[in-house]
Amino acid sequence: MELANIEKLLEKYLNAETTIAEEKELKNYFLNGNVAPHLEEYQALFGYFSTSKNERYTKTIQLKSQKQRWKWLSVAASIVLLVSVYSGYENIQQRKAERVYTETIGALELLSTNLNKGNVAIAQLQRFEDTTNKIFKQPKK
Amino acid sequence: MQLLQKRNLLVIIVTAAKKCCEIKLKMKQSEFLKTVMPFKDKVFRVAKRLLVSTEEAEDATQELLFKLWRNKEKLKEYKSIEAFAMTMTKNYCFDRLKSKQASNLKLVHSNYKENNTSLDRQVELNDSVSKVHKLIENLPEQQKLIIQLRDIEEYEFDEIAKMLNLKPTAIRVSLSRARKTIREQLLKQHKYGIS
Repeated sequence: MELANIEKLLEKYLNAETTIAEEKELKNYFLNGNVAPHLEEYQALFGYFSTSKNERYTKTIQLKSQKQRWKWLSVAASIVLLVSVYSGYENIQQRKAERVYTETIGALELLSTNLNKGNVAIAQLQRFEDTTNKIFKQPKK
Repeated sequence: MQLLQKRNLLVIIVTAAKKCCEIKLKMKQSEFLKTVMPFKDKVFRVAKRLLVSTEEAEDATQELLFKLWRNKEKLKEYKSIEAFAMTMTKNYCFDRLKSKQASNLKLVHSNYKENNTSLDRQVELNDSVSKVHKLIENLPEQQKLIIQLRDIEEYEFDEIAKMLNLKPTAIRVSLSRARKTIREQLLKQHKYGIS
């Protein structure tokens, strides 16, 4: 590239009238080494620009904040609480039902045994009646 | 028996819902990272140019990417996410600088030492390249930013105008001013170096 052209581009560059392509041309010229002595001060400038462009963000990107993690945790905890309360409630209900069932059975058993006792008494009563019938009502026949 | 079945069913439903959410989230994450990857370094460099310290710039980048991630639904409305990210970076850094000045904790480059500079880097910093770094450091914030966006990140004037919400002509004017200042200073130093 001729020197005159570079000088013209530099003039334009200082007035901020160069396009990106022209600026790339300038960068190439100054990075390639053979720089005219009276333009040496630009070498550092363009050198700096190109080395700066190589800097990278090396840390890993974190998309979860601590706050959000807590939020999720609380949601999970409330779900667990809800489920456990629900199942616990079911459990209690079941036990209550079982207790009521056994109690009723017990009561019914009590009733039936007592009724049976009554039956025996009634059977004896029957025998008594039979015998009285034998004794008092036979003569009528 | 019935109770056990109910519980099992609940557990299955909950785990399925969780897995579904996780997969969706992962998909979104990778998609987001793909859109962000190309310009995360640019965000970092711009932040570093304005905030000077590497650590601050890293924090700023992290914060910004997280902000973008949180507003990912809105991102689709913007034509260029990159330009939007740059505008956000600029605003964020200016805010940081302001709050620092307000709390009297002004960051001066001379009292800040980078703790992870290797020997190469130090040698290089002693070089003429570091002179340029210092010269840019001394420019006003706006000119610093424009130099960064144009000469290092190589954005078009229209793009820079959109990012900074300025007219392209205004950007040309301050860019020209910045370039001329740097050039004059370099010329001065160069002459001292020779004589």
